[in-house]
Amino acid sequence: MIAAARPVQRPSTAKLLSVDGHGALVHLARDRFVDLLRRGDLVIANDAATLPASLRGIHDRTGAEIEVRLAGWPTAGDVTHFAAVVFGAGDYRTRTEHRPAPPLLVAGDRLTLGPLAATLIGTLGHSRLVSIEFDGSPDCIWAGIARHGHPIQYAHIAEPLALWDVWTVVAGPPVAFEPPSAGFVLSWRAIERLHERGIGFETITHAAGISSTGDEELDRRLPLAEPYTIPNATAAAIQATHDRGGSIVAIGTTVVRALEHAAQGDGIVRAGHGVATQRIDSATTLRVVDAIITGTHEPGTSHHDLLGAFATTETLQRIDRELTVRDYRTHEFGDSVFIERVNRDAQKDVPYSYNC
Amino acid sequence: MAQHNHSTTTPTGRFAGLRALVTGGTSGLGLALVKEFAQRGAHVAFVARGRERVERIARMPAAHGIVGDIAAKEDIHPIVVQALGELGGLDVLVNNASDLGPTPLALLGDTDCEDLERALATNLVGPFRLTKALLGALSASAREGRGGVVLNISSDAAINAYPAWGAYGASKAALHHLSRIWDAELASEGIRVLSADPGDMDTPMHALAIPDADPSTLKRPGVAAHELIELIAETLAARRVPTETAHAVGGLA
Repeated sequence: MIAAARPVQRPSTAKLLSVDGHGALVHLARDRFVDLLRRGDLVIANDAATLPASLRGIHDRTGAEIEVRLAGWPTAGDVTHFAAVVFGAGDYRTRTEHRPAPPLLVAGDRLTLGPLAATLIGTLGHSRLVSIEFDGSPDCIWAGIARHGHPIQYAHIAEPLALWDVWTVVAGPPVAFEPPSAGFVLSWRAIERLHERGIGFETITHAAGISSTGDEELDRRLPLAEPYTIPNATAAAIQATHDRGGSIVAIGTTVVRALEHAAQGDGIVRAGHGVATQRIDSATTLRVVDAIITGTHEPGTSHHDLLGAFATTETLQRIDRELTVRDYRTHEFGDSVFIERVNRDAQKDVPYSYNC
Repeated sequence: MAQHNHSTTTPTGRFAGLRALVTGGTSGLGLALVKEFAQRGAHVAFVARGRERVERIARMPAAHGIVGDIAAKEDIHPIVVQALGELGGLDVLVNNASDLGPTPLALLGDTDCEDLERALATNLVGPFRLTKALLGALSASAREGRGGVVLNISSDAAINAYPAWGAYGASKAALHHLSRIWDAELASEGIRVLSADPGDMDTPMHALAIPDADPSTLKRPGVAAHELIELIAETLAARRVPTETAHAVGGLA
């Protein structure tokens, strides 16, 4: 696949590979994704806005330049405390695996991050994964992060990202550390078309974590625990959709993670707060989500593993080959796939008809 | 994600837990709106350019001050991060901050292009950018049955052609029309976009425009704020049915 190197959420050339529950593959223009859905289905997106979670500054004890990437909420909504990954000097233009290490980080170290000051509470099982506490009132901390921070980004995009590059059109609560980028498919026109076609649209809020640290040992621990909130309206709409035999279509892996976590008890999604801790892969039986629209994830990533819950290994290998042969673009601004899970109810096995 | 314990609004005009953002919130009508929201039990954030005044007014309970200039493109997302972070979401946005254009007021032929551009940046483009960045939060509020109301402060100068009010009047006319179009477009999302003229008020901006006006003939900003918040309360009470019910379920019935 080709790295998508420009921060354009909906390029007119964006492609979508659709895979139905029988493993049949179809290519189409991505802005036609609404045509894949049926009256009575329910589309659910993650409305988390992306924090400017990259904070440059100084490790006071050594005077060393550091970059702190906020990466996790120990307590959802409490802006005084974060889990964070620390990098040495430099910025996103150096690939993360080539970034110099930060100085030795020990409990009690003070960090000066622009207008913000923080105390390092301790490390979290890895020398660069730390717990930090900011000084000051929540309002001052929000102002500091909003003014000083930049979106976390990676070397495949050369130009510095602004928040408007990484916020989906439905972005609301600023709780994600990296964008829930599957949602880049959404425009207000697409949402309007869903309404026109009798397809429901609801949101959850899931604090999507960081996707890569440049350290294999740390990357194996991703995704970290991610808090989520399911609104009353969304829980009610899921129930109504199930009752009428419609499909639940998740926009992105974070939506799958939140909904399946919320349904772990008795299979029913209830409104409220939770923390998604589970990994989803080929061993997972999905209880809520029937189909996913997501990016073109590369084999070996936790996002790709999650697709194993929707499709067989054989189908995923065919998808990977198609994406490569057809020059699909990858990463957060890349092309997309739509995958219906196998074993859907017989009544849903209606063949699609569309041109591509 | 912030686990604030907000309850829903009530149709009586009490705003228990309503989350509101007011621009230009440190003087005149904006300050009166912030006070009125806070008195009715809302959580209110406000934006203004002057740090000292913002910090002073933010001492009010349940009020969050944000320093920023809505005319500046780079300020919009930091303002939104702070407002949504501090309030946990948003139900009502009031685009109140306004720029008169040239002061003293000038005939259009005597108006510097830069004065017109500044009036458009503050009165039209800023509210557009801020509203656009908050549409996700406002639509979530509407889907949850809480709110989703944008109130754009207009003026009779948006309708009538008053000589020497060209920059202000043209920018407010554009804002008024933007409001009407957005209101139509967002009907299916359950968001209302209102445009309202508060009348001639005894405010610092009015004094700048008409220095020799007799204050006793002008409306008190607190009275105008009360009227506008009644309008918001009525709009919330009559809010549209959320989309899932209106379209998907209704369409299947």
